[in-house]
This record gives sequence, structure tokens and C-alpha cells, in this order.
Amino acid sequence: MNDTSGFFDMGGYAAYIWPAYGITIVAITVLCVISWRWMRRVERIVAAGGEPSSDT
Amino acid sequence: MLTLYRSWQRLFRSFWGLPQAGQLQKPNWQRFANPDRFVKLARKLTPWFMVSAIALGLAGIIMGLMIAPPDYQQGDAMRIIYVHVPAAWMSMFVYGVMAVSSAVAFVWKHPLADVAAKASAPIGAVFTALALITGMLWGKPMWGAWWVWDARLTSVLILFFLYLGYIVLWSAIEEPTRAARAARILALVGAINIPIIKFSVDWWNTLHQGATVFRMDGPAMPASMLTPLLIMALSYNLLYAGLLMIRMRAEVAERRLRSIRLGLESPAS
Repeated sequence: MNDTSGFFDMGGYAAYIWPAYGITIVAITVLCVISWRWMRRVERIVAAGGEPSSDT
Repeated sequence: MLTLYRSWQRLFRSFWGLPQAGQLQKPNWQRFANPDRFVKLARKLTPWFMVSAIALGLAGIIMGLMIAPPDYQQGDAMRIIYVHVPAAWMSMFVYGVMAVSSAVAFVWKHPLADVAAKASAPIGAVFTALALITGMLWGKPMWGAWWVWDARLTSVLILFFLYLGYIVLWSAIEEPTRAARAARILALVGAINIPIIKFSVDWWNTLHQGATVFRMDGPAMPASMLTPLLIMALSYNLLYAGLLMIRMRAEVAERRLRSIRLGLESPAS
């Protein structure tokens, strides 16, 4: 118990370390999702002959 | 690993219109610059890039947070290095790719060069923003301030605005060839900022610490810290490669869509 609380406490720097890692992971994930969805959407429209299909 | 290298080599060669390994012929731009070939290759490579980026990223985070020792001066706060420094390296590397692609677009009019540069910009902007934000989260406990106007921080902030300016330029100019031209010029002029960022800690008296890894006398860091840092850097590179494939495919499709709507291309092709 003490051991894990020591880990999450990060030697007193928890308030800086966890946000740094959290923001990194969130920002990268959001960028990946946005890029992937954009690519899928445009490729589908092209495959449908230039008309936006109803299911996207 | 060898497979990954081979596929990377194939991608690189097809991307720049070079003959593939074992093919004895002159570079054939028209043939190898074909966006269809690129899309086919990108579709195959993307999962490899993404899966290895995630695996290495997880390994790097676990090593950085749990296995690597705390710094003797900065304690656990220095663990921010494992997300800060790779983001900062990538912010410069991606800009370098953008600048080189812009030069290639100018000189050889390679059809994918503008696509690569345009697709890179938002990725570079995110890496730069992450370098700045994680840097602030490191600066506050170490320097007592979220932000100081020293040469390193200021030049990286300028880099961030260069990315934003580049993105805005593309969307602000209606006509694609004119937008491409303006964007290339901005990317090339802004490249001056890259050596300024790199050497800012040597040229000026900065609060930001000097180079620790890329030094003339080798990395001033024990292997227990250097290993997770380099693993994270590799993960970020693979992530960039994967994201670049996805965004370039999207951009190629956008261009095709534009020409279909202008009636220049038949939807079937």
C-alpha cells in the first residue's frame, strides 16, 4: 500500500508528472482518431464517386 | 525488424521515385510517384508503424516511470524528460521533413512532396505543443516559473506559430497551386529557426539546460535513463510515420475528390 502510494506520489512531483504524461497520451490519441476518421471519410466519398454517402 | 526496414526502404524509394532494390534502372518519377502506388504501400505499412509505436511507447513509459532511477538533483521531476525531449526532437524533425519536402516540391515538382509537407504540419504542431506544455510542467517545479522568455523557449514558441501559420496559409488561399507555392516558401524560410532552436542553449545564456544527449563528448546520462529516452524517441518516430501515412492518404483522396468534382477525373479510376 505504501509502495503504490509512493509510486503515484512521484516523490512529491505527482502534480507535474501525471499531467505531462496524461496530456501527451490524450493529445496523441485525439490526433490519431481525427486523422483516421478524416482519411476514412474522404476515401469513402471518393470510392462512392464523389458523393458523400449517407452512412458516414 | 528486417521486414520493417525493408518495407521502410521500399516506401522511401517509391516515395522519392527511386528504383526499388534489385531494379537496375534510372529513377522514373512518373512511375514511382504514382499516388496509387503510395496509397497501396501506406495501407500495408500503417499497422506496422502504429503497433510498434504503441508497444515501444508503453515500454518506454513503464521504464521511464518505474525502472529508471530518479535524478540526483531533480528527483522524480526529471521523469518528464521521457515525454518532453522526444516531443521536442520531433517538433524539429517534422519541420525538417516539411522543409525538405517543400524544397523537393519546388525543384522536382514531385506530386507527393506537397502532400507530405501538408500532412506533416498538424502532426508537428501537436508535437511542438506537447514539448511546450510538458516543458512548462517541468519548469514550474524546477525553475519556479511556468514560462520564461529565454532563447530556447521563445524559439520553440516561434516554431509553433510557424506550424500554425503554415496550416492557415493552406486553408486561406483558395487556389491550390498558389497555396502550395506560398506554403513552400513559408516552410523554407522558417527552416532558419531550426538551427536557432538547436543551438539556442549554446549561443545564449538560457535557463533551459544544455544538450544532454547529442553532445560532442557523448550523452551525459546513464544508460538507465538514456534507454527509456531513446525507446520513447523511436516510438514517437514510428508514430509520426504512421500518422503521416494516414494523413497523406487523406490528402491524396482530398485531391482526387477535388478533381472528380471539377470533372477532371472520372470517379471509376
